[in-house]
Amino acid sequence: MRIAVLGLGSVGYGLLSSIVDKHPNLTITGVADSKSAGINPDGIDITSLLAQKKETGICGDPSLTARDVVTHAPYDLLVEVTPTDAGTGEPAYGYIKEALSRGAHVVTSNKGPVALYYNELHELAQKNNVSFRYEATVAGAIPILHVMQHDLLGNTITALYGVLNGTCNYILTRMAEEGLTYTQALAEARELGYAEADPTYDVKGIDAGIKLVILANTIFQKNITLNDVSITGIDLLTDDALRLAEHQDCTIRLIGEIVPGTDLFRISPRIIPKNHPLVVKGTLNAITISTDMAGDLTFIGKGAGSIETASAILGDILYISQGKCMD
Amino acid sequence: MIRGDGLVQVSMKLEIRDSPGHLVAALLPISDIGGNIKTVIHEHNQENTNDFLSVEVVIEIPQERLESLINLFKEKGIRIQKIGQDRFSYQLSVIIIGHLVHTNLGDTVDQIDRTGYAEITHMNMAMPAINERSSAQFVIRSVTREDMDHALQILRTVAQEKGFLLIEPLEVM
Ligand SMILES: NC(=O)c1ccc[n+]([C@@H]2O[C@H](COP(=O)([O-])OP(=O)(O)OC[C@H]3O[C@@H](n4cnc5c(N)ncnc54)[C@H](OP(=O)(O)O)[C@@H]3O)[C@@H](O)[C@H]2O)c1
Repeated sequence: MRIAVLGLGSVGYGLLSSIVDKHPNLTITGVADSKSAGINPDGIDITSLLAQKKETGICGDPSLTARDVVTHAPYDLLVEVTPTDAGTGEPAYGYIKEALSRGAHVVTSNKGPVALYYNELHELAQKNNVSFRYEATVAGAIPILHVMQHDLLGNTITALYGVLNGTCNYILTRMAEEGLTYTQALAEARELGYAEADPTYDVKGIDAGIKLVILANTIFQKNITLNDVSITGIDLLTDDALRLAEHQDCTIRLIGEIVPGTDLFRISPRIIPKNHPLVVKGTLNAITISTDMAGDLTFIGKGAGSIETASAILGDILYISQGKCMD
Repeated sequence: MIRGDGLVQVSMKLEIRDSPGHLVAALLPISDIGGNIKTVIHEHNQENTNDFLSVEVVIEIPQERLESLINLFKEKGIRIQKIGQDRFSYQLSVIIIGHLVHTNLGDTVDQIDRTGYAEITHMNMAMPAINERSSAQFVIRSVTREDMDHALQILRTVAQEKGFLLIEPLEVM
């Protein structure tokens, strides 16, 4: 299978490293970052590509662009791992549409286009008889979408609860365990690289909200936008509140909640018993799905990270390359 | 089953055969069904001596399972002599953060209490420095589950009006 990769940041780099190490049969025919691109129909030498990217900061020929790769490179599958733009979905949205229209499969970790345009992209993929997969957009390494779309097909999912943002979970864990104030815990998260310089997107619950939109639209066949999610972040929490929760053997976590039957879509800090399976520590993510047959299922794992996210992307790629799906 | 603390407290007087092992056997269904036994009051020196004794148990159980428990007791031939529930059988606690005192705390509490079907039975408040937002835990009790939903809805509205952050428990399904 010939693969083109757009974006060679944390995720793209991790993906290519693991392809070199573990799946040398996958041929990379195109790559692009923000300033350059490379195309080779016979396969790019990934090891020297990664070395070049590390040394010079660019991955290919500065006179080529990602757009050139999308429209001209020969590939069967496009991996789209450029930065998320939650407002427009671009440039990913355009790249993905072009690739699907060309009859190529698409795998992405980019939440923007999936949250904004899932239905359209899904239809376009179907029309062209190819797959559009996005496992890495929700809960990183946890294969939650696959589980719900395939393994639990015979079940009715009555509710979903999730810890979907590692930054918030880290801050809340530190406030609860060390008695830090919100400001202190946030500063610590920044220092460790768990929070962006501008943490708004995470701490106000927007990132978790976008993941909820993806789950609602892809799993529960809703057609919602971020405006349909009731969102409360953690930025106004006090350390006193965590202490009050502690008195009842509880703690506070930012929980995403979907009840498909009543169209409830909510992100909010919640009081939760400390021994509840959703109470995970640090930057971990966790999701509980309530079903009619399988009962409650809880998944815990790393919600981000270079290799962890690559794990989800690689799963999608191999699933497609083994001809297992056209969805 | 995702659980908050929307449990009901029920006291029951059970008639149990007075021979070894029967008490334990009688109490098993309670935990099997997801209830917590809060206390067992075993009256030894009681009048009825005809091989039975009365045992009073106080348990906490999700409301929707109470019926099944009663049926289980019936199946096992355990007679329920008496069953009692608090009028305010639902309990939930929330945490509220904001300028609680400046925004008339009495009024906030009163909006729930005057419903008649729910009340704030307990409040635990952490007072911060002057001008900072304070945090308080409210324990709300209500007659039915629907009443609790209404009470929560009132609190949500009040929180919005007064600019509070309301933290609800992850609820019972
Ligand atoms: N990191 C995670 O753990 C994680 C987890 C789940 C999902 N995601 C999502 O995965 C995506 C990639 O994340 P990341 O952490 O790898 O981001 P990143 O480190 O910022 O890397 C982004 C890459 O995209 C390239 N790029 C930027 N604009 C481009 C454009 N217009 N055309 C082509 N390439 C462009 C950048 O080029 P330069 O190298 O030239 O700057 C860079 O190589 C994001 O959408 C993110 O939300 C990330």
